[in-house]
Amino acid sequence: MEGTGKKNNVSYARWGYIFIFPFFAAFLIFQLIPLVSTIYYSFFEYYRSGLKVIGPNPVGLANYKAIFESDFLKYMGNTIILWLLGFVPQIFFSLLLAAWFTDLRLRIHGKQFFKVVIYMPNLIMASAFAMLFFALFSDNGPVNSFLISAGILDHPFRFLSTVWGARGLVALMNFLMWFGNTTILLMAAVMGINPALFEAAELDGCSHLQIFFKITLPMIRPILIYVLITSMLGGLQMFDVPQILTNGKGSPDRTVTTIIMYLNNHLYSKNYGMAGAVSVVLFIICAVLCIGVYFSMNGDDSLVRSRRKKRGGA
Amino acid sequence: MRKSIKSLASLALAGILALSMVGCGGGAESTGSKDSTGEAGKVLNIWCWNDEFQSRFNDYYPEVKEVAEDKSTTTLNDGTVVKWTINPNEGNNYQDKLDEALLNQESADANDKIDIFLIEADYALKYVDSDYTMDVTELGLTADDMANQYQYTKDIVTDSNGAIKGTTWQATPGLFAYRRSIAKDVLGTDDPAKVQEALADWDKFDDVAEKAHEKGYKMLSGYDDSYRTFSNNVKAPWVDDTTVVVDDNIMEWVEQTKEYTEKGYNNKTSLWDDGWTKDQGPEGKVFGFFYSTWGINFTLLANSLETPEEEGGKLEVGNGIYGDYAVCEGPQPYYWGGTWICGAAGTDDADLVKDIMLKLTCDEEIAKQITLDTQDYTNNIPAMEAIAADPDYGSDFLGGQNHIALFAEAAKKIDMSNAGPFDQGCNEEMQKAFKDYYDGVVDEKGAKANFETAIKEKYPELTEVKWDD
Repeated sequence: MEGTGKKNNVSYARWGYIFIFPFFAAFLIFQLIPLVSTIYYSFFEYYRSGLKVIGPNPVGLANYKAIFESDFLKYMGNTIILWLLGFVPQIFFSLLLAAWFTDLRLRIHGKQFFKVVIYMPNLIMASAFAMLFFALFSDNGPVNSFLISAGILDHPFRFLSTVWGARGLVALMNFLMWFGNTTILLMAAVMGINPALFEAAELDGCSHLQIFFKITLPMIRPILIYVLITSMLGGLQMFDVPQILTNGKGSPDRTVTTIIMYLNNHLYSKNYGMAGAVSVVLFIICAVLCIGVYFSMNGDDSLVRSRRKKRGGA
Repeated sequence: MRKSIKSLASLALAGILALSMVGCGGGAESTGSKDSTGEAGKVLNIWCWNDEFQSRFNDYYPEVKEVAEDKSTTTLNDGTVVKWTINPNEGNNYQDKLDEALLNQESADANDKIDIFLIEADYALKYVDSDYTMDVTELGLTADDMANQYQYTKDIVTDSNGAIKGTTWQATPGLFAYRRSIAKDVLGTDDPAKVQEALADWDKFDDVAEKAHEKGYKMLSGYDDSYRTFSNNVKAPWVDDTTVVVDDNIMEWVEQTKEYTEKGYNNKTSLWDDGWTKDQGPEGKVFGFFYSTWGINFTLLANSLETPEEEGGKLEVGNGIYGDYAVCEGPQPYYWGGTWICGAAGTDDADLVKDIMLKLTCDEEIAKQITLDTQDYTNNIPAMEAIAADPDYGSDFLGGQNHIALFAEAAKKIDMSNAGPFDQGCNEEMQKAFKDYYDGVVDEKGAKANFETAIKEKYPELTEVKWDD
């Protein structure tokens, strides 16, 4: 009996390795090797001049130096502005909608329908969505003709030729694409809260606002952190929407040029050295920000807990 | 029992996985081998960025037997299948894909090797000075065959060793195409000679712009319309060693365009955008457009129609503003664009490549026919001069004007000695950087700085930008 049991264990373990093998093989080939070679080539001069390949010649940290001598901080700023412009309204509306949809007293009808509708924009490919906005908001596009025929404007507003017009459109698109997704995540989080807490609060005469701030928000904090971190990573890597909306130009005055668009500019001459260095810098920034956000929001929590423990102990 | 069921199930699963992998691999392999031994025979791969050459080829290459319904392939009389690979030009897209394919040319399967690719004036030298293009004499074309071509069309594709690396069916002198109805309203005449007199230099051009503005018209559609007339009349190529030198003639363009924008003489469009295209059509209120040969018969004609040809519109007076355009030389001679046919090194069909070049670019009869049918300006001096001298010839689209006569004059003045391998990037970035200046988003200094940044990003080998003004 004992013998067969042992055999069983061994063979199952082996199957386990076989089943996870495809993932590790794919990860190695499509992620780890490119990642390592990106870091490796960031220390080289390696580009194409016409059809001639220059390099790779090791240049040490020259690429990194060039990045910080360029307008990298401006593109970093652009990226953060574009992300915040989309994220702030997104989190506001998502919280509001999540609170409404899960409120037992409001009894909203057709919740499923609304969930589907607000999620819809996320199903469209970002590039197709950007093309659509490009056409809608062009100088002679439908939005301008509507504004003129409705008497709001007397000549077309050139959205894509003004800094805040172009930025606003990128933010609006990111907002529309992601608020549904966030709402559904937050609803799941709210529904995971023990209903007894809400009932108790109501019995004690809490207002909607009090319930929201004193019960809902603190209870969904882990999910909020998750939403914040994923959105921040997505925001830092923003590319397709501004790239297609501005036709790859990042104009006006390079104010819609995000970091990844800056990286993409280097691929015009297949400049793997500079592009690699930009990727590495972005990787470090992402890692630092994520760790920062994670600890600042979780650190709070553990502090509270430790204080409680102290109180309990005393 | 349970154990064996479990292991059976997992075996089956693993088997399915393995099978599906093998299945995919096998599938790819079998289609691959079918291609290389297929009974259809040879494949000729042609790379280009729009369907202009494709339609010339399908209509005028004598060996064409049939064209596939989706136009992706053309079958020739000897059974050769011509495979078209078309990638749009903008933002270097065409060149990127072409470069990738050329770098893999040696290892490519015989039927996947590029045989012919097309290049444009703005980046011709990049390919001409490389080993990826074949000397046309090596293909079998003689100097006699090409004797009737315009000299400049041969000069630009001559590499540093004196070998001619490509050949073209068109010459691309530029003209100014104006609206007859608007010219009548503004100048009181639509006669090309008199309009030309009114537009003979830039000062006069500015005067007409003012008059047109008073009557509620725009002189030009957008920022880049007059760009080529300035950029073609520079003193030196864009790049000197590793320094970009911005010619003061280009700064003249900046000055003129800023002035036109501030005074409302243009419609603030950019080349190829919706507004620009619309301005050329029935609703447009723009005096005229700077266009070279292909622009008139290929782009302007299509844009002028109310009902496009694909929707059943006819090429006749009454459809949109067909017949309302005419051409004159404009204030300065210039050229714009031009497409050269190159034989790719490593082609397995040199004879056919030679024959295509010979028939489409050296044959007087075919050249003449192309011009008579399509109003394109072809690269054959005797054929063009015959049409230019023909008093009965006239273009319906241009209200009966013999535009070939004007082109024949302008073609003689084309000077491409200042073309260089960085032209496309420099031209695009110049227009892009200064659009912000015209839009009022940045000042001139800011636009210059943005141009410098963009050029250094695009071409890491260029180290400095010098402003000539």
